Amino acid sequence: MTSATAVVLTGTQVAVGDTLPELRVDVTPRTVVMGASSSRDWQPQHHDHRHCVDVANLPDIFLNTPNQAGFIERYLTDWGGPHCRIGKLGFRMKRTVVPGNTMVFNATVTGVTGDADVTWVDLEVALTVDDALATGCTARVALPTTSTDNPWQRRGSAWTP
Amino acid sequence: MTKSVDSAPAPARTEEEVQAWVGVSLDAGFGDVVAQQGYVLHWNEAVENANPLYWDDDVAKELVGDPIAPPTMLSVWMRPLMFRPGRTEIIRPLELHFRLKDAFELPKGIVASNDITFGEPVRLGDRVRTVQSVRSVSPIKTIRLGTGRFWTVDVTYTNQRDEVVAVESYDFFCYV
Repeated sequence: MTSATAVVLTGTQVAVGDTLPELRVDVTPRTVVMGASSSRDWQPQHHDHRHCVDVANLPDIFLNTPNQAGFIERYLTDWGGPHCRIGKLGFRMKRTVVPGNTMVFNATVTGVTGDADVTWVDLEVALTVDDALATGCTARVALPTTSTDNPWQRRGSAWTP
Repeated sequence: MTKSVDSAPAPARTEEEVQAWVGVSLDAGFGDVVAQQGYVLHWNEAVENANPLYWDDDVAKELVGDPIAPPTMLSVWMRPLMFRPGRTEIIRPLELHFRLKDAFELPKGIVASNDITFGEPVRLGDRVRTVQSVRSVSPIKTIRLGTGRFWTVDVTYTNQRDEVVAVESYDFFCYV
């Protein structure tokens, strides 16, 4: 069946060593607070500057983990398009991201595995600030193998990330 | 045999008492919030996600069959509301992790790493249930932040159809 929604990227177009276009995001207090609000995370370190400085001995409010995950998902699907389905994400938090930082996202394809209508693509994603790694992420996404495939149609035991 | 949190040991001061927490599980039940478009739009706004799958119902119906939420919104559906009429007790997200902090008397903590494997997509209208369990607790360690313990908590998310939505693990370091 031909899909009305265009496939942006197929598995056959991806190879180990490919890099994704860089994404830069300036972080403001609004970025941090909106990230906390949208993830319904009301821990004070994500919205209360005075708590961070006076109580927790932290320099500032900082981006929470779900919001970072959301940015990384967005980064991956900006590249892979709406047919790109996230299978796995693994995060290693190294340093906090605070207002005034610029987040820089880069990624490299580390594995490509064909599985009939789905191509599994493994990536190493780096979120850096001032050239230092803030969060490292391993990701596995499913791309359609051809322009008529759709990973979202995999259900139950057929979905094996 | 899996132990429920109700039978979990009280404050743990010996290594044996600490290790007795391994295997303890907590069924946190369904989250307060039903997956819905307003939360999805707020999420998209926060991370500037333009994926048409989360903006255009026709695209979602064509690709998935129904409008869905971005997979990384997972924790949104399990966090308790900050206010609910008639609720008097405090409900904490990842309650089992906080019970460990209390039992080991380690008040400060960080998430060192977090791994998620996604299953069935969360469809708008779904509710998500979590079951949490303690996989491991380390001996006492001293790192740059202080002296404390690492532990791993696994979380299984299912929907109201009992389909697995995701399996997640958190590695924490908690310290004094």
